Amino acid sequence: MTESRWVRIGLRVMTFVALAFIYLPLLILAIYAFNDSRSQVWPPPGFSLRWFGEAMSNGRVVDAFITSVLAGLGATLLALVLGTLAALGVARHRFFGREAVSFMLVLPIALPGVLTGIALAATFKTLGVDFGLPTIIVGHATFCVVIAYNNVVARLRRLPRSTEEASADLGADTWQTFRRVLLPGMRTALLSGGLLAFALSFDEVIVTNFTAGPGTETIPLWIFSAIQRPREVPVVNVVALALIILSVVPVYVAEKLSGAESAVVR
Amino acid sequence: MSSARAGTSRAPLTRRFAAWLHPRRRLQLTLLLTSPLLWIGLAYLGSLGILLLNAFWHTDAFSGKVIPEFSLDAFGEVVTNPVYRTIALRTLGMAVAVTVTDVLLGFPIAYYMARVASRRTRRILLIAVLLPLWASYLVKIYSWRVIFQGNGLLDWLLEPFGISGPGLNEITNSWVVLSYLWLPYMILPIFAGLERIPESLLEASSDLGGRAGGTFRRIVLPLALPAIAAGSIFTFSLTLGDYITPTMVSGTKFIGNVIYDNSSLGSLPLAAAYSFVPIVIMVVYLFIARRMGAFESL
Amino acid sequence: MRRTLRIPALLVGLALIGAGCGLGSASSSATASGSAGASASGSALPSGMATTLPPAEDELDLVIWGGYAENGSNDPNYDWVTPFEDETGCKVKTKDGTDSANMVSLMATGQYDGVSASGDATLRMIAAGTVAPVNTDLIPNYADVFDGLKNQPHNTVNGIPYGTPHGRGANVLLYNTDTFKTAPTSWDPVWDPNSPAAGKISIYNSSIYIADAALHLQQTNPELGISDIYQLNEEQFNAAVELLKQQHDIVGEYWNVSNDQITSFGSGDMLAGTSWQYQLNTILLDKPDAHLAATLPDEGSTGWSDTWMISSTAKHPGCMYRWMDWMLDPHTNALATVWFGEAPVSQAACDEAEKISPGHCDSYHATDEAYFSKVHFWSTPREDCNDTDPATTCKDVEDWIAAWTDITGG
Repeated sequence: MTESRWVRIGLRVMTFVALAFIYLPLLILAIYAFNDSRSQVWPPPGFSLRWFGEAMSNGRVVDAFITSVLAGLGATLLALVLGTLAALGVARHRFFGREAVSFMLVLPIALPGVLTGIALAATFKTLGVDFGLPTIIVGHATFCVVIAYNNVVARLRRLPRSTEEASADLGADTWQTFRRVLLPGMRTALLSGGLLAFALSFDEVIVTNFTAGPGTETIPLWIFSAIQRPREVPVVNVVALALIILSVVPVYVAEKLSGAESAVVR
Repeated sequence: MSSARAGTSRAPLTRRFAAWLHPRRRLQLTLLLTSPLLWIGLAYLGSLGILLLNAFWHTDAFSGKVIPEFSLDAFGEVVTNPVYRTIALRTLGMAVAVTVTDVLLGFPIAYYMARVASRRTRRILLIAVLLPLWASYLVKIYSWRVIFQGNGLLDWLLEPFGISGPGLNEITNSWVVLSYLWLPYMILPIFAGLERIPESLLEASSDLGGRAGGTFRRIVLPLALPAIAAGSIFTFSLTLGDYITPTMVSGTKFIGNVIYDNSSLGSLPLAAAYSFVPIVIMVVYLFIARRMGAFESL
Repeated sequence: MRRTLRIPALLVGLALIGAGCGLGSASSSATASGSAGASASGSALPSGMATTLPPAEDELDLVIWGGYAENGSNDPNYDWVTPFEDETGCKVKTKDGTDSANMVSLMATGQYDGVSASGDATLRMIAAGTVAPVNTDLIPNYADVFDGLKNQPHNTVNGIPYGTPHGRGANVLLYNTDTFKTAPTSWDPVWDPNSPAAGKISIYNSSIYIADAALHLQQTNPELGISDIYQLNEEQFNAAVELLKQQHDIVGEYWNVSNDQITSFGSGDMLAGTSWQYQLNTILLDKPDAHLAATLPDEGSTGWSDTWMISSTAKHPGCMYRWMDWMLDPHTNALATVWFGEAPVSQAACDEAEKISPGHCDSYHATDEAYFSKVHFWSTPREDCNDTDPATTCKDVEDWIAAWTDITGG
């Protein structure tokens, strides 16, 4: 379908509006990273680079960043494994209650995070689990499973079953078929699902607040406490800006990889 | 999975196991589903169930401890105190408003990305939409505070026209900020859904004399609907569960605030009883979304 | 009837059953984990209180208000954690609580040795058995603490202390000097519907603010007979809630964290409100010519004095006792109170604070007992009114939270 000229212009305008909406607050954030004053009054009274130095020499930020990356990687890995298992079960088997699986997996992200947080914390406490990085990972993985699952299940629906059948006919067993046929087919789905799961985990604050233990602090938790203290607010803006800039790398790489491959898959 | 991983070493035992497993579909299924179902079905839903059980207990007024004796006091409080109804309706209304806004804002850009933009532009736009997901949620809310607050950006921009900004006590602030926060979660599924519509289908429609508007209404929209429903699960549920945004930019309370405020210092049974409100709303919503095919497009 | 509940409520055995996690009520696993006093039975001391200083362990897990345990990572000049670790061998691990509710639920997990609790949560944790009594004889620096900070109703039950102070501060009236040419002597600017600041009034967003309404009613409506602004009977409570609902119409913002006000007053958006000295000082640091001032009105005010409390299931009681003493050490306390912006706990700490930040103690009225005698420190509303008269009942913290939801959420 070729859209008429006016439709195209309209779409361009709306795209521009949406992008402007998305980037306006990020622009503000960037401006305040250079703000000389501690308070976020408008317009910013002066220009300063000093918060960049303070951010870089702040050991707590560095520790929190490492914790966040570890939590994100752990949760993503767990979510990918669990999500792929469930997706293979649902997409390649028929069984009673198949529909209910999707429904159940989506609940942790669909229900309020505060409920997930309180419920998991109470269970950890009863089981006598020490709160820390592992409990954060468990909490995050719970709501990330659905992301991995959705991506993989959607891909499996589009992958022709004929190749798997051919593989089986040629004498390949379950594992070989998974490794040689399914896994390559699912790779980009795992990549994009993993990236989104990591992003979700990296910015999660509500569940984390309930499941973190003594001495474990993620970037969002650090921001949550730093944002309450005026002498650290400017540093928060610097850190947030740095995160956006840093995130260009994984997003770009993943997009490039999946872009190149999705052309093949389609 | 552990047996699967060991398989790379091509140990004969694992090969034999895989060969033995091959015809046993039922067992395969069991192996696949056991861990995800144990995790979500037992650990997560079990924890949630125990939390909700508190709704039927009551607290000792002296120590605030929960006493496990059956009582419907908490439900009574939720039903009879009008403020809880007001808050539930406010949150629900907000979830609807944010979802509609995000569809209206997100559909055109998703459509442009999927069907109009060149491959290069599409990639740039996709990155542009994904990037804000990495900017901290809390920092984004604080940026909006700068925009709304008295003598803030909006006041500054509107001053020449003699209009003043909204300040930080307006419910519309929450509408803007929540629509903002969850917009990428709407754009991405719609983009993926639109991208999946085969070009041939659209060409066939126009070959058969279908006008652009008709093709859009009869072919694009029905095929995009599941994707929109999928995106709406995020925008709707994330709004329903948020409690930081309304406090920060509107000075008001949502369902999540009541649950959070009562979860430790206040009355846990009340928090648990009130939790049924978002749970029931979400389960109904998910059923509707599933009928629209959302689960195939998440 | 309720009175009989007190004894079991204090038992260490019930300690883990916090208000925070509902599951706790089904478990009874508290006693085993080696609280300092759990073994010290048979003495005249209250159960759960340590009799001798336990040896230092190797770790200390704390729930804190952000800024209460700095290890120099934010500013190398403010580090009182590293020297503590070097001296005691206790590795300090902290978790910032986001608000009192969050702190109560964190403490209820039993994962932490201690907490810097505010008064709106302290009595609740004491009643729930989450925290243990503190033997101040084991804390040498306690002797130097100002009398005005010892044995306060918000952390002492039946004469038994449940912790040591961190510092103190008053909730002051922050106002714009253009709007109020002469310093207000009462809290009328935030209550009067015709206040010159109407619509630009900034109010603390917490149920504990109901006490400020009670304080105002003490003056304007003496027949209500309010004696303790934190323990209100039904009639007094309803009057306070009614007043707050009227105030809702003239409120411009309900602030949550100090930074909210630093922005709203710094930009000139808000004109009057309940605040901390800290906000004003921070604004003036940036903008010395800001037209703002703060005052403690004649009728007095509410205020806060956070308490370091020890968990009744602390795994590291030796480290926690050393920490409580450390936080009262003059140099440490000076560092900590200058960093956060509040009044130090002793004269010796004030002398140290002068070296770090000249004028600190004057600015926060640290040694001005007349000033603090007008300040009612936050305390937890209790059903028994926190007194020994069985005839009186008061609205407890659950009611306060529900009412605050009603006032701000309706």
